[in-house]
Amino acid sequence: MSTGQTDDVLALSAAEAARAIAAGELSSDELFDVYRARAAADDLNCFTWVAPGLAESAEDGAGAHAGTNATSDAPLEGVPLAVKDLFCTEGVPSQSGSRILEGYEPPYTATVVRRLQQAGASLLGKTNQDEFAMGSSNENSAFGPVLNPWDRTRVPGGSSGGSAAAVAAGLAPWALGTDTGGSIRQPAALCGIVGMKPTYGAVSRYGMIAFASSLDQAGPLTRDVTDAALLLRHMVGRDPCDATSLELPQTIELPRAERLDGVRLGVPAELTGGESSGFPGDAEGGIEAGVLAAFRVALDRARGLGAKVVEDIHLPHAPHALSAYYVLAPAEASSNLARFDGVRYGLRAEGAEDLLDMYERTRHDGFGPEVKRRIMLGTYALSAGYYEAYYGRAQRVRTKIAEDFAGAFAQVDFIVTPTAPTVAFKLGEKTGDPLAMYLNDYCTVPMSLAGIPAISIPCGLSDGLPVGLQIAGPAFSDGTLLDTAYALEQALGFDGSPARV
Amino acid sequence: MIDRDEVLHVARLARLRLGEDEIEPLARELSAVLDHVARIGELDLEGVEPTSHVIEMTGSLRADEPRESLPREVALAQAPAVSGEGFSVPSPQA
Repeated sequence: MSTGQTDDVLALSAAEAARAIAAGELSSDELFDVYRARAAADDLNCFTWVAPGLAESAEDGAGAHAGTNATSDAPLEGVPLAVKDLFCTEGVPSQSGSRILEGYEPPYTATVVRRLQQAGASLLGKTNQDEFAMGSSNENSAFGPVLNPWDRTRVPGGSSGGSAAAVAAGLAPWALGTDTGGSIRQPAALCGIVGMKPTYGAVSRYGMIAFASSLDQAGPLTRDVTDAALLLRHMVGRDPCDATSLELPQTIELPRAERLDGVRLGVPAELTGGESSGFPGDAEGGIEAGVLAAFRVALDRARGLGAKVVEDIHLPHAPHALSAYYVLAPAEASSNLARFDGVRYGLRAEGAEDLLDMYERTRHDGFGPEVKRRIMLGTYALSAGYYEAYYGRAQRVRTKIAEDFAGAFAQVDFIVTPTAPTVAFKLGEKTGDPLAMYLNDYCTVPMSLAGIPAISIPCGLSDGLPVGLQIAGPAFSDGTLLDTAYALEQALGFDGSPARV
Repeated sequence: MIDRDEVLHVARLARLRLGEDEIEPLARELSAVLDHVARIGELDLEGVEPTSHVIEMTGSLRADEPRESLPREVALAQAPAVSGEGFSVPSPQA
């Protein structure tokens, strides 16, 4: 294929590619080959595994096209999909970015991946991530950091950094990620793409290697809002293998709203650098001026579409969300990660004296520094004498935060904030200071604790780097949230893709 | 706030061996994070119910019916050590 043809294929969004394939204008093999070649030549460290080429997979029956059971008129027929490493994929390495799962090839496939394969998507590759999804920069991976395609000296955000960077760089048409406290939205913002965390429970967690079960949720990372809706449409639904999964009241339709007449968008002072902002210590600087400027431009665009921007709403407990999150999430993680003990899969340390020694050495060797930090934090918060002061209180703060949102949604339809306080920062800039790193999640964690859907769309540049706009709605508003995001996306006309390499 | 002994105690609870070079940094970092999260102690939470799951659900359990499970050889295939029909581990007592 000539370079010109390749560029034409790369210019297609995933939805456009699916349409072209259905119309017989593009072959799925051609599309797969274009992306496979790009993913295989990835020099941003986005991928931890890339599917074999079509010829190889035909020979051994493995990889991309095996076991999809898709019908030829399947809606996503032939569109390649990048999948975050922590989704179990049968016979394909799934390590959640950790050394402790070295060589692990699961005997089953996560429900959400299986559903997308049944809808016709083919597995392009597995993407790099922070170890066990713990991180906001993708610097905590056993596979090494991912580079931001906008500036290779900067982080892509995390924990779904590989998925975000791959989509932004045109190494994958779209990708799956997971979001516990911002792990889809923040990297989407830092890479200039769309990322959505659906209502908690909308997507099955079966086969997702768990971090914090009451918060973890899978979602799409895509080039535009239409692609996000199309991917999410085929992800959602009740799964008998996940008791917390549920059926959304409406199917996800492709968004088409052009106007936002009468839609009320609330701007919470606490998450937008307003006077009640609870940013701890002004030394960290709160929300960057360039980020706030891009956010304000997006609000003007929304007004231009007929939306009513309500500036004086409050989420009084939002400044405490980060504290509650950094008790609850590590506590759940310390319990979830107890299963990595060197017995059934992955790494086992050699030379142990007895069983306990084997557990302790395996976990010493297999976990990276941030995972150890969180296991320690969570174990401490759950330990005798501290449980009520930390875990019990954090659960009560979670109640107050959910109540804050309920109150706000009595006044407005959606809440808008910057997705992240800063643009992409330099590699290594925050690795020495866990608290500074955690502050990346300041604007995204409250929605996670409340279980509500939230999407990040690119809303402009600051210093040449993308800025994300976060829009959050009440539980189960996923469809109208996508509609609102779509109208804003059209009005913003963000045409930012980093220079293709 | 957290000293060396406490770090070692928590690490033992977590079944985590720590290298000598990991102990002091962990004590410092955990102290900093706990100092920050302790701010939730300032809130008046009297009478507030704890939330462990945010979306209300009822009757979400599936019928308790026997189903086929993972074949033994598949379950054992990823294990670092296998003995006969089970996982092989070092003796619980040195």
